Amino acid sequence: MIRRTLTIEVFRFNPQTPDIKPYMETYTVKEVPNMTLFVALNTIREEQDPSLMFDFVCRAAICGSCAMLVNGRPRLACKTLTKTLPSHIKLLPLPVFKLIGDLSVDTGTWFRHLNLKTQAWIHTDKTFDPKAIEERMDNETALKIYEAERCIECGCCVAGCATANIRDDFLGAAGLNKIARFMVDPRDKRSDQNFFEVIGTDEGVFGCMGLMACDDNCPQELPLQMQLAFVRRRMAMTGIFGGK
Amino acid sequence: MSLFNIHLTDVLVIGAGLAGERAAVEAASFGCDVTILSLVPPRRSHSTAAQGGMQASLGNCAKGLGDNPDIHFEDTVKGSDWGCEQDVARLFVNVAPIAIRQLAFWGVPWNRVVAGKRKLPDGSIIEELKEKEGLITARAFGGTAKWRTCYTSDGTGHSVQYTMDSIVVKLGVTVHDRIEAMALIHDGERCYGAVARDLRTGELRAYVSKATVIATGGYGRIYGISTNAVINEGTGMAIAQDTGVVPLGNMEAVQFHPTGLFPVWILITEGARGDGGYLLDKNEHRFMPDYEPVKKELASRDVVSRCMIQHMRKGFGVETDMGTHLWLDIRHLGAKHIHTNLREIDNICKNFAGIDPVKELIPVRPTQHYSMGGIRTNIDGHAYGLKGLFAAGEASCWDLHGFNRLGGNSLAETIVMGLIVGEKVAEYTEGTEFVLPQRLVQDHMKKQQERIDKLIKASNNGENVYELRRKMEETLMEKVGIFRNGKDLEEAVHTLQDLLKRSQNISLRSSGKGANPELASALRLPGMIRLALSIAYGALMRTESRGSHAREDYPQRDDVNWLKRTLATWPEGNELPELSYEPVTITELPPGDRGYGEASQSGKSKE
Repeated sequence: MIRRTLTIEVFRFNPQTPDIKPYMETYTVKEVPNMTLFVALNTIREEQDPSLMFDFVCRAAICGSCAMLVNGRPRLACKTLTKTLPSHIKLLPLPVFKLIGDLSVDTGTWFRHLNLKTQAWIHTDKTFDPKAIEERMDNETALKIYEAERCIECGCCVAGCATANIRDDFLGAAGLNKIARFMVDPRDKRSDQNFFEVIGTDEGVFGCMGLMACDDNCPQELPLQMQLAFVRRRMAMTGIFGGK
Repeated sequence: MSLFNIHLTDVLVIGAGLAGERAAVEAASFGCDVTILSLVPPRRSHSTAAQGGMQASLGNCAKGLGDNPDIHFEDTVKGSDWGCEQDVARLFVNVAPIAIRQLAFWGVPWNRVVAGKRKLPDGSIIEELKEKEGLITARAFGGTAKWRTCYTSDGTGHSVQYTMDSIVVKLGVTVHDRIEAMALIHDGERCYGAVARDLRTGELRAYVSKATVIATGGYGRIYGISTNAVINEGTGMAIAQDTGVVPLGNMEAVQFHPTGLFPVWILITEGARGDGGYLLDKNEHRFMPDYEPVKKELASRDVVSRCMIQHMRKGFGVETDMGTHLWLDIRHLGAKHIHTNLREIDNICKNFAGIDPVKELIPVRPTQHYSMGGIRTNIDGHAYGLKGLFAAGEASCWDLHGFNRLGGNSLAETIVMGLIVGEKVAEYTEGTEFVLPQRLVQDHMKKQQERIDKLIKASNNGENVYELRRKMEETLMEKVGIFRNGKDLEEAVHTLQDLLKRSQNISLRSSGKGANPELASALRLPGMIRLALSIAYGALMRTESRGSHAREDYPQRDDVNWLKRTLATWPEGNELPELSYEPVTITELPPGDRGYGEASQSGKSKE
């Protein structure tokens, strides 16, 4: 098999040196079998340009660190095999999020803010009793919660979202999916009215234009369209009838 | 002094994985002001990659009925090959059920018992009891007498980390992410916090605290072939050892996981074998029963990894251009089970190997996975050698795991130890006066700034950081791996000593300014090589085989001479760590037969 030579064009800008304007830099790499962008970018850093900034942690599509625009689409770089791409590859940092440098963006701060804003924890008036056995839960319910909790906060849904690119206070599919996760959890005592106060606005569930790029771009293949519809229906009912 | 950014806090936690966050939450719940430092946003920590589960003897599922902390204790001690602290193991098994239930209270969607009969892959029928329905269920893991590993499908680490972090957010605990601790501030007796580097800007800061907790996880990436995330470079252990007074315990105890996905080394969870998966050789023969007739694929990890290497050495491995591997077979578990309970495996196989595990075999090989060794602490998590320094989780040597950790015991340890250490830290903080030793802080800051300046100014013809690093990784893989011998270990020590010297002469090829990744690597490398030397030298000196430490030239466990723990300190200027030994605490279970492994099998053949 003839091995391809990949031409990888990478966005370069370091906010620490603002005098050097953003530009695209081109590298060439020999493709190897089962090469991912994780392997390609590390090869570039170690052999050609040790100043190149990008983020990887688990390199197994579990931690959500390495999302970037791969030929224009938000993707996890670690699980993108180069053989699925043409030999000319263009890499840009995710939009919406604050740039740290080159391909590295600050998703952590954005998601911490989101978790604060949506109060993404179990709200309960109970206190934990270390002597008691656990409260029972139907296994189907547990699986349903886990299904929504599989979000890895990579930011692909937000980066590809038209609303999020226009207004920076939009919660995005990740935020609304998070609400859905707590809505289906019987341990969380918030009423629909409580949720409505947080997301019953244009920055919440009514800001969605229904273009559904989030659903296309989610590397976890979360059913974001279904989750958005679920939350939107509940909130519309709450808006009209004032809760339960 | 005014040049430097100083942050004051009661408790400084270095590392935002599960052990760090659990300790932080506990200390904060006692009213402490807590600051967490993390290389990455907390939810990106390597804890999230733990797929399998957490051991706690709830005894709810059919194959776990009758389980209790005593049985969990016995499994843990046998798993450790009698290398663990038995008072620590006792404390751990007693607290684990409470800690798991508290996680359920906080929001973890543990899988639950579904009443009724079902058929297992081996054909046997079990019945889950109606009275247990809806309680937390468990799956089988290696080296356990009962099904005891609680789980959320195969995203246990992810679920637990997201839940812990939700409590951190709820309590408003300060988290500074993209910050790397570079050195501990200390006077040889007490720890006053850490000097840290901002990975966004490259600037130095000092964090001054009453108590400091190191929870930075393992060092997997000093091995060339590891399941670990790329951030697992052992920096927390390295900065503790760098004080010259804090010892690392049992660094020669390194766990290899039997099933790293060949050749990208991503972990395939033990849940795959726990749920009934088989290991096959090149002839698709299920070989584990030949070595381990009782436990089969579910002997402890050290034993299964050694059997796999032996079987490959006998010529039964699958040969490829990239090396030799064996097969993991989960096809018989069925599409439904694989797509729900083992979905992460399904994804990993598809994404990284182009394989559909419902229909195809998975190529696997033992891969470096976990460090039983770490910062030696007492039962409270207080480090030896420095007052006010604590450690928790994989970064610590508490020592729950001895010479081999059971699957499901490390995730449980992060939470149980985090809980205990958090409380002890709060207690310590309560009884300690806050001190800001200005001169000391300044000296430590200056020393780190000089290291940075030296690297940035160095000429272009010095050593290449990536080359040195690769050499270190290869040396450990080739000479300090699963099977070890005196000759290889001696060579490894010499090579690593040479690398340590060369690492003082690194020159960067980039500017090193700002958030420069090459500079970050260059700053870490000497500490990583010292860890590698602690492993290799400790392994060379330990002339016996115990748990994961398998010496071909000393194949027997030697309780007369080696029922003790290695302590490795590194006084400034030394070329090797200083080794000393301490006895292992045995409170309940005297050394005996593990019931699996080579010693057990050879004992039986003599009968």
